[in-house]
Amino acid sequence: MIPYQPIAAPDAPLARRNPVAKVAAALVVSVALIATVDPVAPAVAIGFELAVVPLFGIRYSALARRAWPLLLSALGILCTLVLFAAERTGSLLWQAGPVAVTTGVLGTALGMALRVIAVALPGVLVFATTDPTDLTDALVQNVKAPPRFAIGALAAFRLVPLLALEWRMLSLARRARGIDAGRNPLTRLRLFGSTAFALLVGAIRRGTRLATAMDARGFDSGSPRTSARRQRFTAADAALVAGAAALAGGALAVSVALGTFRPLVG
Amino acid sequence: MSEVRLRGFGWRHAGRRAWAVRDVDLRIGHGERILLLGASGAGKSTLLAALAGLLAEDSGEQEGTVEIDGLDPRKARERVGIVFQDPETQLVMARAGDDVAFGLENRGVPAEEIWRRVTEALHRVGFPYGLDRSTAALSGGEQQRLALAGVLALRPGLLLLDEPTANLDPAGATLVRDAVRSAVDDDTTLILVEHRVSEALPLVDRVVVLEPGGGVRADGAPAEVFARHGAALAAAGVWVPGPPPAPRRATAGPGDLLLAADRLGLPPRLESTDLRVRAGETLAVLGPNGAGKSTLALLLGGLLRPGTGRLSATEALAGRHAGIAPYRWRAPVLAGRIGSVFQDPEHQFVQTTVFDELALGPRRTGQPEALVRSVVDELLVRLRLDSLAAANPYTLSGGQARRLSVATALATAPRLLVLDEPTFGQDRRTWLELVDLLAGLRDGGHGIVTVTHDADFVTALADRTIRLGAGDVHEAAKPGGHGAAEPGSGRPAGRAGGAATDPAGGAATERVGGAATGPASGAVAGRAGGAAAGRAGTGSAGRTG
Repeated sequence: MIPYQPIAAPDAPLARRNPVAKVAAALVVSVALIATVDPVAPAVAIGFELAVVPLFGIRYSALARRAWPLLLSALGILCTLVLFAAERTGSLLWQAGPVAVTTGVLGTALGMALRVIAVALPGVLVFATTDPTDLTDALVQNVKAPPRFAIGALAAFRLVPLLALEWRMLSLARRARGIDAGRNPLTRLRLFGSTAFALLVGAIRRGTRLATAMDARGFDSGSPRTSARRQRFTAADAALVAGAAALAGGALAVSVALGTFRPLVG
Repeated sequence: MSEVRLRGFGWRHAGRRAWAVRDVDLRIGHGERILLLGASGAGKSTLLAALAGLLAEDSGEQEGTVEIDGLDPRKARERVGIVFQDPETQLVMARAGDDVAFGLENRGVPAEEIWRRVTEALHRVGFPYGLDRSTAALSGGEQQRLALAGVLALRPGLLLLDEPTANLDPAGATLVRDAVRSAVDDDTTLILVEHRVSEALPLVDRVVVLEPGGGVRADGAPAEVFARHGAALAAAGVWVPGPPPAPRRATAGPGDLLLAADRLGLPPRLESTDLRVRAGETLAVLGPNGAGKSTLALLLGGLLRPGTGRLSATEALAGRHAGIAPYRWRAPVLAGRIGSVFQDPEHQFVQTTVFDELALGPRRTGQPEALVRSVVDELLVRLRLDSLAAANPYTLSGGQARRLSVATALATAPRLLVLDEPTFGQDRRTWLELVDLLAGLRDGGHGIVTVTHDADFVTALADRTIRLGAGDVHEAAKPGGHGAAEPGSGRPAGRAGGAATDPAGGAATERVGGAATGPASGAVAGRAGGAAAGRAGTGSAGRTG
């Protein structure tokens, strides 16, 4: 029922790294690549990222299924920029009516599209290989996140799929009561609002019941809590973060060495 | 292990005028097993919440004292465990083992010991799966077993069960009661709140009855309490042991055909189903969880677009809209012809007062205001809601909310009423009122379709039953309540005999689905019996979900 189930083999060398280490590694790569707008650095990073996919225990076909919206949005960016970019510098590659595709335009567009993929791909990899329970455990144990929030959020997360079902039933029940919007957009908006309000009321009630049940089992009672599942942050986890930093630095270095580096600011 | 002592105990929730519970004097000794009874609104759940230490001091006003082993319950929380009604909202973790471990972690139990106790607790409640089983993949009964294990792992001296089976089908309820019977040891004091007394009696040795408005009305051994107070309790809505209420047979034979479903289905939730719905007849839809009963109710209610086959309304039901499939009707047209009553009444509430809720349908179907007023006033009286006309629907009790949801569907005077589990969790009084109301509507020429797990309800009201099952559809007449379909045994009689030899799973289902559709009289018991035998073995092969 959890919308983002891990799709990886759980014992793959990188998939079984500490979840906090994986999130940190993904953040390092993403932040570094946001800093540049050239196409070379993200291209190098994507190459590395794709190369380590097997180490996460994910098959490329499974990754493609999970990441297709990402590819689609990258493609969308590419097309939009090629068609509508304001600066058309560099030599002309081909002309079709008002659309003049130049090397400058293509470079910028390709840079943006690749950047979207390079920045998002580490996150996709991490969440495809991380169980939400493990991530919560690691947040509580390794970075000392307050259990009240981390575990509370995890429990609430379990109820999210119920909301979709609830929305459907509320909508059907409104039709059964003789309420529909027909073609009037204003009525439609009001109906949406009233359904959303009922959903909210139901969600709050459910949340309250869950909180009471957690309370009755001693959650957040002020006494020290133990952890049934141990999450350790080992040297291998530190190495993963260091490796990610090296990857990001390497990609930027290649870009600088080739003279294509264009920082986002300045 | 724990002893409970209440002296003149009362609790009033902040902002309420009435006391939820009052003047309760009670002494419960160590290891006693109590069934706590009372009409709805007598304060049973509030009393349990007080014992579990869940009533915060600033959330209301207390009278008298409540003590567990001489302690304030708020300070004795680790001695008390509680299981609630709703399985969905008491499981915290995604995996079964982690969920049982959750309470132990909160209590600071060392990790090595946690898993030993988790395994032991799961074993005690007879949990059939491993530690990694996803909690979302469990049935309601299994989820409640797991919740019980989560509480038992904490080794409470006092175990409180607040209607743990009210949201479950009969099979799930049996699972939970069996788990309680075998898992709770003699040292544990048990307090159980439960509407269905005869099912609960094997688990208890003492009955305490709360009086609405305050005090304890009866207290003692079950036989003694029911001998002296049985009739009064039954009148107050408690399901006391005894013979089921008398059946209400139709006064006339079935009338006009209203709806015809031909190979109607919505894969994967509902396989092809043939059936006819008639005026002046109650059709009960039976079958195990997951067979698609609720989906069928939504399809018959014109709320879902069929995935396969078709649903057609006759002129008797739909007038000039007869040629159009019900799911394509505009909502006001639909509400005037087919009324749907959902399993959860609150899904259907859209107004801020009971009066407006009832007036909504007639107003939307374009009735003049004077007529709306008279229709609503009549319904308010008929369903005992007249004193609540100005109340907010969301503040009603379970029984009141159920009556209102049926009344809203009746307000537009539809010829056909489709109900999904209308008796779920209802007390005896509301139950009887529903049977009377529906029997009256049927005899007045309405068609009634009800999805239900409630065998007594089927016996009391159904003229015909249809069973959705493992890939098949079984329609049968039910002469006198016992015959082709015996709701108590949960199996149509015809299916017991005969060898399951038909190898053509899917094809057999469809063919038999058609054959089982009743002729005008609806009496197809003999035929369906023979045909069903061919399906008994192939159905499971043809069905995955």
